[in-house]
Amino acid sequence: MNTAYQIVVCAGIVPDPLQTLEPVTGPSGPALKNEMMLPSVLDPWAGHALYEAANLARNCPGSKVWLVSLSPKVKLQQVMMTVAQKAPFELVPLDGPSSGFAEAAEVAAALAQAIEAIAGLDKSRLLVFGGWESASRGAGATMQMVGERLGIVDQFQGVDELKLHPDGSLEIAERIEGGRHQISRCAGLPALLGWATGNLPEPKNNPQTGMANMRGAIPALQKAKPVKLAGDGLSFASVALPKQLRETKIVRNAAPEDIAKEIVAWIKS
Amino acid sequence: METILVLAHTESDGSIAKSAREALHVAAALRKSIADSQLVVGLIGESVQAAANSIAACPAVKYYGVAGAAFAQPRYATDAAAAEALCKAAQATVMVAPATSRWSRVAPGVAQRLGGRVDTHATGVAVADGKISVNRWYYRQRIEASLQRATRPWFILVDVGAQPACECGAGAAVVEPVAVPIAEALTRTTVLGIRQPATDTQTIRPEADLLFVAGAGWTKKQPDGQTHTAEAGKLILDFLNATRASLGSSKSLVDLGGEGQAVLPFLSHLNQIGQTGATPRHAKGLSACCHGEEPHTVGWRFINQRRAISLDPNCGWARGKADVLYVADAFKVLAKVNELMATR
Repeated sequence: MNTAYQIVVCAGIVPDPLQTLEPVTGPSGPALKNEMMLPSVLDPWAGHALYEAANLARNCPGSKVWLVSLSPKVKLQQVMMTVAQKAPFELVPLDGPSSGFAEAAEVAAALAQAIEAIAGLDKSRLLVFGGWESASRGAGATMQMVGERLGIVDQFQGVDELKLHPDGSLEIAERIEGGRHQISRCAGLPALLGWATGNLPEPKNNPQTGMANMRGAIPALQKAKPVKLAGDGLSFASVALPKQLRETKIVRNAAPEDIAKEIVAWIKS
Repeated sequence: METILVLAHTESDGSIAKSAREALHVAAALRKSIADSQLVVGLIGESVQAAANSIAACPAVKYYGVAGAAFAQPRYATDAAAAEALCKAAQATVMVAPATSRWSRVAPGVAQRLGGRVDTHATGVAVADGKISVNRWYYRQRIEASLQRATRPWFILVDVGAQPACECGAGAAVVEPVAVPIAEALTRTTVLGIRQPATDTQTIRPEADLLFVAGAGWTKKQPDGQTHTAEAGKLILDFLNATRASLGSSKSLVDLGGEGQAVLPFLSHLNQIGQTGATPRHAKGLSACCHGEEPHTVGWRFINQRRAISLDPNCGWARGKADVLYVADAFKVLAKVNELMATR
């Protein structure tokens, strides 16, 4: 049977987690202070989705990976300098905001439209991957909406494992409550998977892969379609950093026995 | 006028979970605060009558149910079809559901089908000047926002544990059945079962009062110049067994396994809290050998009482984030804690 997959990975970019974030109010609503100056990385869970896609494509001859991203193209190009070295893919960039305050439904509409426009896409061979939540909006909503727009009703979220069976079916482990996994079997493609961490380590940088990817990525970035997100019907009453700072009591030079007694009393209180 | 629909799924025994009652509490409060609004309940499951009866005393004016064997499975296609049918039957404008894995998987897709919008991980829902406001966090619990929407229908998924549970009592509820045709395309996915760690390694306990956060320090060289990973693992497991605490870990500790270093064998990415992990809700949190920003800011965001054990009195992430910082050797302290717990 045909084991070549067309894998589309949806991935945004987010500020480097080590950066201090400060919200500001811009002309189009809330934003991050100096947002365009903050160093960015590929959204972590979407990154895992990309690594899983690359691994799948490597093991299934004839498969291909596309990376669809709605991000400011200048920032995306910077992120691609690193990410492009991780795995072979074709970049499908959309030039627009990557803000966490953007409306998920509008982002989904843009992503779905971009996926539909991929030349030669065969939905009967299609796997749509993405992160189950972003590190920006953290809604866990965009991928489902993309799937709905593409007519995919076999959807899985919080995926940590995908097994492909010889009969074309897929076995998927999704995170559920209490550190458990729900195991499902899907009869076949198309399917949409919102990945959690998965099981693969981050691939090492491969400059040759990077150069090959960037040969296609740079022209694609230059031609990236601009996308405006209106945020219709959505208004923010407040956007603020948490102000809570605790008065920490520092206990020094106490014997372990005394600390243990205090901790036990606290646990039991 | 708002028609507020509470969406709930039944558990395997036909009951509804505490998280569904939390969503019901939110919805009932909204109904009380918005003039001319009404509350309705929509249930999904193999059988929904017992679940409806268990909350019959709530202020809902109507109960709708989608029942059948196909709806026992938490599966996107059938859950989405059922939820869509319930929303249409109730002509709901606002849907409130708990942010369980089942509803989180399906609610955004249903919102898309109905031309609505969805907000997930709501930590607070209130009404001001007749408008509903939802509080939620952005950038992994770093920025908090309050938002309002003009678009309807509006799905609101309430974070589990963020709200009190509705204590409405039982009775006899009249459930109006809503038919959902099961086309072949809806059952291409079959749920095979649940995979869970062995009982002795099940360290994630969402209902626990205490979260214990283990940092990478447990696997580092100790004062004798050696690592004591096996001893650390035993101390931690004994502590978890004695206290029935849930175990969280820093990303660095989980990642050590992928780098070929000795690690605590019962830890996985599912234990990870912080930026790319969970932000669990527990009444108390105790961290040990943990110096990272993530566990103490992002991972601890919803922990009420926080204490830390660290050898570094200037640990910038414990100071200001924890209520008490014990400057001590966590190996010694935990051993003593375990001794005390065993004798009580």
